[in-house]
Order: sequence, then C-alpha cells, then structure tokens
Amino acid sequence: MELKDKLLSSFMVFEDRVNHQSKNINEIRNTAIKNFQQKGFPTKKDEDWKYTSLNALLKHDYTISPQQESAIEFKDVKKYFIHDIDTYKIVFIDGKYSSFLSETTHDGIDVCLMSSALNKPKYKIIMDSYYNKAAKADHSLTSLNTAFASEGAYIHIPRNKVVEKPIQIVHFSTGNETSVMLQPRNLIVVDENSHVQIIERHQSLTSNVVLTNSVTEVFANKRAIVDYYKIQNDNQEASLIDNTFISQKQSSNVSVHTFSFGGKLIRNNLQFFQRGERIDSTMKGITIIGDKQHVDHNTLVHHIEPNCESHQDYKGIFGDRSTGVFNGKVVVEKEAQKTNAFQANNNILVDDKATINTKPQLEIFADDVKCSHGCTIGQLDKDALFYLRSRGIPEKEAKALLMYAFANNVLESVKINAIKTRINKLIAQKLGVNLGFDL
Amino acid sequence: MLHIKNLHAGIEEKGILRGINLEVKAGEVHAIMGPNGSGKSTLSSVIAGKEEYEVTDGEIFLNGENIEELGPEERAHEGVFLSFQYPVEIPGVSVTNFVKTAINETRKAKGLEDMPASEMLKKIREKAELLEIDRRFLSRSLNEGFSGGEKKRNEIFQMAMLEPKLAILDETDSGLDIDALRIVANGVNKLRSKDNAVIVITHYQRLLDYIVPDFVHVLHNGKIVKSGTKELALELEEKGYDWIKQEATI
Repeated sequence: MELKDKLLSSFMVFEDRVNHQSKNINEIRNTAIKNFQQKGFPTKKDEDWKYTSLNALLKHDYTISPQQESAIEFKDVKKYFIHDIDTYKIVFIDGKYSSFLSETTHDGIDVCLMSSALNKPKYKIIMDSYYNKAAKADHSLTSLNTAFASEGAYIHIPRNKVVEKPIQIVHFSTGNETSVMLQPRNLIVVDENSHVQIIERHQSLTSNVVLTNSVTEVFANKRAIVDYYKIQNDNQEASLIDNTFISQKQSSNVSVHTFSFGGKLIRNNLQFFQRGERIDSTMKGITIIGDKQHVDHNTLVHHIEPNCESHQDYKGIFGDRSTGVFNGKVVVEKEAQKTNAFQANNNILVDDKATINTKPQLEIFADDVKCSHGCTIGQLDKDALFYLRSRGIPEKEAKALLMYAFANNVLESVKINAIKTRINKLIAQKLGVNLGFDL
Repeated sequence: MLHIKNLHAGIEEKGILRGINLEVKAGEVHAIMGPNGSGKSTLSSVIAGKEEYEVTDGEIFLNGENIEELGPEERAHEGVFLSFQYPVEIPGVSVTNFVKTAINETRKAKGLEDMPASEMLKKIREKAELLEIDRRFLSRSLNEGFSGGEKKRNEIFQMAMLEPKLAILDETDSGLDIDALRIVANGVNKLRSKDNAVIVITHYQRLLDYIVPDFVHVLHNGKIVKSGTKELALELEEKGYDWIKQEATI
C-alpha cells in the first residue's frame, strides 16, 4: 500500500481514538486530512520542491503510531542534551512522552505536553486562540501533521516573565520498529514582555529508518523575545521535515538558528509572519554536510506592517556528493513601508560533486524599503589555505579552520554560551579535526 | 642552510623566476630587493611551498635536503617561516589559539607531545612583550579588523613563537609607520642567532637601516642581477633601479 493510502486509512482508526477531544480540534483534524488527501505528498513538480525529492523516503513501510514503550537511560543519551546548564526538558521517545527524562513545569509558566493541551479543558482558551492559527492550512505536509497531531511540546509563557532556564525539546527514536514515521506538534505561546529560549533536537538512536514530519507554531506577542535553536545532527537513515511557523506581534523579536550537520534528508520550512510594527525577525543557519546528505532551507518572511526588520544569514559547506538548497522568499506588502530586509546565503563547495541550488525571491510591493540579498558559491580560498599551511598547520586542519571562519559570524548572535560551545564542538567533529582547542 | 640552484618557476605556463642562484648560511641576513614585478614575492612563495607555482627547473635545498616534494606545512615543520605581505583574516579563532595550534601541529609532526600550557603561556607573554603587544590583542580573532601595522606585528609575533630556522619577511615594512617599523625590526633582531637565517624582501632600503643585512641581492626579471653588501642597498636608494635594469640588459 502506498504511504498516502496507509496514512488515510490509519486516520480513521486514529480519529476514533481521539474523538473525545474538543469539537474545534476534531474539525481542524478533518479539514487537515481532507487537504492532505487532495494534495498528497509534494513532488518535484511543485515549485517549492523542485530540488528536493521525497520519493525515496516515501517507499518505506512506516509504522505510523509506534506502540511499544521504550526505556532509555539518561547516561546513554546525555550527549544529545545541552547538559552543562540547567534547563527544562520535554523529551519524547518514539513520539511518546518520557516523564523519566523530562523536567516540565507549571510554576508560573506552562512547559508541558501537547497531549494535555489537546485534551484538558484548562488549556482550551489558549488552544482555541492559537492552535493551528499560524500553520499554513494549504500546505499538505503541515496538514498531514495537523491531522495526526497528538503529542509534542506545549509551552505557554504568560506576560512579564523572563524564563531563566532554556527549554529543550528532544525527540528520540529507537529501533523498535524497522521504520517509523513521527509527527510531533509543538505550540509555543509567549505573551507580552516575556522572554524564552528554546532548543530543539531530533535524534535517532539506531540505524533504522525514521521520517519525522514536525510542525511547530510560535506566537510572540507584544515585545516578547523568543530565541529558538534547532540542532540537526541525526544519523544517516533519519530524515526530517521541519515546518515552523512564527507569528509575531508589535515590537517582538524572534530569532531562529538552525544548525544542520547530519541526517539523510532535511527540509526546513521556516516562515515568519509580521503582524505588527517594529518587529525584528532573524533566521540564521549553518549547514555542514557530506556523503549523500541533503539539506533544504525554504524560508519566508512576510512583511505585513511598516517599520519592521528581517535578517537572514545562511552559511553552507557541502562535501562529497551532498546537495543543498536555499530558497528564501521575502514578501513586503504595500503597507509595509520602511521595511529593512536583509538576506545572505553563502556557500562553499568542498568537492566537485557537491551541489547547491540557491534562489532568493523578493516580492516587494512597498516603495520605501531597504531590501538586500546576496548569494555566493565558492571554494576555499587558496591563498588563505597556503597562509595556514605555511604556519605548520596540515591541510585538513587548515581547511577546517577556514570553514569555521567562514561560518563563524552566524554564531555571534547565539545568546547561550553552552550552545556556542556545543556547536563549535560539533563543527570540529563534523570537519574531522582536533585542533587542540575548542573552536 | 638554504641553497637555491638555477631555480625556474612560474604560474600557469608563465615563467617568473628564470634561474635563481642563492646561498644563505646560518647566522646570515640577506636582503632581496628589486622593482615591482621582478619576482620577489614569487621567490618567497616558492621557497615556502605555495602549490600554485610550478617549479620547472632547478632545486631548493634546505639543510642539504631537497624540499621539492614537501608541502608548505612540512617545510614549516623543517623550520621555514614566511611572513606574509597580506595575512589572512580568520574570524572566530583567536591569535593565541592560532599560535598554539601552529606550535603543537609542528611538535606533533616531530613526534613531540603538545607544549605544556604553562610553558606556552610563559612563551606567549615573553614574545608579546618583545613586540609590545598587549594581552587584549591576543584574544582578538586572527587578523580580523587589524590595521596594517597590527597585522605585520602579529606576523612577527608568530615568527617569534615558532622560532624558525629560516625566516622570510615579505615586504614586512609596507604599511608600517616608523614606530611600528622599529618595534618589528627590534623583534627580528632579538631573534637572530648563529643558528638561524633571515631573508628580507623589500622594495625600499628603509627597513635595512634597522635589520642590517650581510648581503644584498637585486632581483630583476626573475634573476639575481647583482649582489653585494649593505652599501648596495644605499646605492639603490640613491639611484633607483634603472641603472640596474640597464646594466642587466648589457
């Protein structure tokens, strides 16, 4: 049976199981499954999927709702956490919540589970106001997630709270099923003047096939600050489609840093909607891949109101036969005067067989705006390489240092030092070097 | 120490060096002067092993060993140091970390353990003091946003840290004001010994007032057309290069 048909028939079973949820949620699910049924999985004929094919991924016979509970010892997975600082943790194993590995809270803020939010009346007001309100309704993969959404992180920060501890959302998958499809759903609502930092990671613990189709909605209300870090360093058989929708209100500031170092196929759909004035939106990324890995960044910033800014800076380093895609769309509506929108995508192809497709798309309807974009594709600078080697640094290490220097400015805006340190270590690891100091 | 025999080298079929002969012994300072485009920087790059240049004829011996097959890092491990005219910026890597890496990679190549941290720190302090470099400078990203003078001083600092047997200073005086020139030259002089040698490549005589050469060579059209002592440099300063060019064509 094709995956699409399998999903559609599983939905009927799933629907029976969740039909006690609110009428509103059930309606959202039904609309979503209809949309997915109609549109199906995206193909290379869709303009947005021209350079990313899901065909190979869709051939597996995925288990759609893994049942078996798996226990994981913290010591075995400690390395996947940012563990040297105090954090809240919302941890899932094969899509199921692991209370053992988690540290949630209801003390002044809600750092808990989507399953609770979907089922318990006390979350109804927030859910009715925000759930599925930012996610693109006509987007087939998002709809697929919406239809099956049952678990994930639910975070609500009421007004005037600076959350001191970052929140880690970690999804593990284990080897209980030969191939598994996971559809986590996260909702993050940050009220006026509040500040929160979030770290998200998906990690497969075996070499079994995993396909994750994740949807995250972030709402930043007036003057809220949200810093979101995505660490994507999964193993060779794990693929991730990350759909993240960010809705911002007046004077809010949201940044998303995406570090893509591993996985079979990664597609990041990252969309910002500016619904207020003086909003700041930042999206940055470092991609370092090799083998036959594929990473696709598909971004959108929708400037709807005047006096807002957006900053995009994506750096990519592609080795072996890896492929990269950057498709960055900036829309500036007629009302969005005095918009400042910057976009940069710089790439280094380390090997002849590596490929990058980069495409900036600017749609500007306002006349008093500053928009800039630039993309570059290059090789490592030979003079720079000679400089480092002439100081006794071997070629491999010299190349690593240059690649690090190339990607470095993306790290400058990372506000959590422990993340910076971790990313530096991952970069050194990814580049296969030990320089005797932490990059 | 360095023995260059009939060296011909060029880039992409274009010959630049056309038969260089040069012998530099331990303890000596040689100056190589010449007009723009005479091949000065090519010579220094070829000695240091830049792979874009092709050696079409001749040989380079370092301490009796032909170094043709050695990569730039291996030449560095053998004690060659080239101070760059245009050092490269490495954002995110501090001067200290870079120097540590360079030293420890060289030690690794020789089968030695990393230099103990306390020894490294002591050495860094000592050499920084010699070149009048303050501590804040050392934690800045390598060459990023450095002024021309800072870059050159940082090159000589690295040289002091690496203690090469053969140091080649490529246009180290360009972009330096008189105070920086004095500090840099003083640093170089303090590092001179009977066991190492220095090649100073320069367009002008100015630097040679501070780093006094034992021999001066004039490069023109990829050949050494005249050699002499430090007086030759003064003569060049006074008369320019034209008479050398004329003499060379005769």
